[in-house]
Amino acid sequence: MARSAASSTRVFTRFRAHSVLPGFNLAMGFTLLYLSLIVLVPLSALFFKTANLGWGGFFAVLGNDRVLASLRVTFLTSLAAAVINAFFGLIVAWVLVRYRFPGKRIIDALVDLPFALPTAVAGITLATLYAPHGWIGQYFAAQGIKIAYTPLGIVVALTFIGLPFVVRTVQPVLEDVEAGVEEAAASLGAGRWDVFRRVIFPAIYPALLTGFSLAFARAIGEYGSVIFIAGNMPYISEISPLLIVSKLEQYDYAGATAIAVIMLLISFALLFSINALQWWTSRRGVR
Amino acid sequence: MKFPIKRLALLGIVVMLSNAAFAADVSILNASYDVSREFYKKYNPTFVKYWKQKTGDNVTINQSHGGSSKQARAVVDGLEADVVTMNQSIDVDILAQKQLIPVNWAERLPNGSAPFSSTSIFLVRHGNPKGIRSWADLAKPGISVIIANPKTSGNGRYAYLAAWGSVIKQGGKAVQARELVGKIFANVPVLETGGRGATTTFVQREIGDVLVTFENEVGLIKQEYGADKFDLVYPPLSIVAELPVSIVDKVVDKRGTRKVAEAYLQQLYTPAAQELAAQFELRPYDAVIAKKHLATLPALKLFTVSEVFGNAQQAQTEHFKDGGVFDQLYSRK
Repeated sequence: MARSAASSTRVFTRFRAHSVLPGFNLAMGFTLLYLSLIVLVPLSALFFKTANLGWGGFFAVLGNDRVLASLRVTFLTSLAAAVINAFFGLIVAWVLVRYRFPGKRIIDALVDLPFALPTAVAGITLATLYAPHGWIGQYFAAQGIKIAYTPLGIVVALTFIGLPFVVRTVQPVLEDVEAGVEEAAASLGAGRWDVFRRVIFPAIYPALLTGFSLAFARAIGEYGSVIFIAGNMPYISEISPLLIVSKLEQYDYAGATAIAVIMLLISFALLFSINALQWWTSRRGVR
Repeated sequence: MKFPIKRLALLGIVVMLSNAAFAADVSILNASYDVSREFYKKYNPTFVKYWKQKTGDNVTINQSHGGSSKQARAVVDGLEADVVTMNQSIDVDILAQKQLIPVNWAERLPNGSAPFSSTSIFLVRHGNPKGIRSWADLAKPGISVIIANPKTSGNGRYAYLAAWGSVIKQGGKAVQARELVGKIFANVPVLETGGRGATTTFVQREIGDVLVTFENEVGLIKQEYGADKFDLVYPPLSIVAELPVSIVDKVVDKRGTRKVAEAYLQQLYTPAAQELAAQFELRPYDAVIAKKHLATLPALKLFTVSEVFGNAQQAQTEHFKDGGVFDQLYSRK
């Protein structure tokens, strides 16, 4: 009796991976319910609405050159902004973790501001600054560079809203890499560049990639700040979320959700490949 | 002797209850477009007073503001608005299509259910350095024009239709109208998504030589930014931008607010409300009031959407639907 009870328990624990923590069933059930309500149900509603179009209608939306142009603008500017954020966000995180200086806490708090600011306010403020007569824009205008009302303006807005992602994902990981490790590497004869490349970078690389993909994903869906600075010229600086809105203005719900579905699929594919890349490199690291 | 007191108390409760039944508290929700905020803020208290005097009821009026089409979509999707006050008739038509109101909604109140209207006019830099006088001037090379995106803004839509209609009303053909509108939009450096955004671009970012917008928006700009920085230019010919209103039958019947909702809209036609509208530079329907305000709302040569385009729905389908004339102006093919 006792043995069979024990063995059945063992079978059961194997199914749910052994853990000393209680409450697996409850927590797992809650997680599934919560994710379904918050994420899966709305997303499947999106697909259902799009289904009204049929395949023909869907491909008509997908094949429209204006839609394609907007997708290109959206994804290229988002990518540019995410790359900029990955580079400069890393530097900001580095400075905040490795050095002590007066006002450090204030700078640390500043990083989160783009999260707190309503995006429309951010967009209006940036457009004012970078417009040809704006505080910053006038110096660029003198060089013949237009920032506001061009795709460049979009990149500026997306860089602004995406900044906290990289800093906040890299920062805690960087804090875990003890300075002693670097000193050890240095004492073993590694140059500064080698220390960074061989010791620090491998440790923070997964976090950096996560921050990058978060910033990238956030930028793709951004509407509020971009429309104020983009100029919204068709084929040049018109983003896909704006096309969604203009379809909604015509009460074309199915057409609007079709663009949303396309964006969702592309984003999913990109995020999936980033994750796959991370998995692949971490396996290589083990070997 | 204790009895009468109890009875008195009971009577008191009955009286209080019946009083409450007589002086009911009702509330209605007005779903409106963005820049009507200032007008209804002033109008609502006058209606509350009127309704209290007439029926003894206390009415609370809740306001919801947003883009006109966005508001219409919200009502279609279940926002329980008792009345809608929009800036273009297609946003009320959609409620009829979804069977929330009868198709003849426009006939229920005077003047096609539009108690007031606006029109598209020009705002230029002080002194009008580029000498802009007419729609044709907007199409000249080297002129930078700010118009909101007609795909997302009623304001931009009327500006587009006004330019198009100016050609037709002067005996031109559709080909010429299209050429003019095409040239005007080639001069538009930024397509803001809403009328207010276009104002900001022109006024604060100092982009463009001329802003095409609603007359009542110009009034607000002068108030906000000073009357001396800009000049008003009335084009020789422009469009009537009707601002239609309607009760939402499905909602008022469900909530039992039909009477108060109907009165709320009817009162918009009274001289007092018309006077108030004129103060906000909305063109009153009442000719007597309109005459009093000729200094700020001068008589203009105006045409309606129906005169040139059949009706608002046809204008929408032909010009602003995906792949319509407006999209073709930007098409690269």
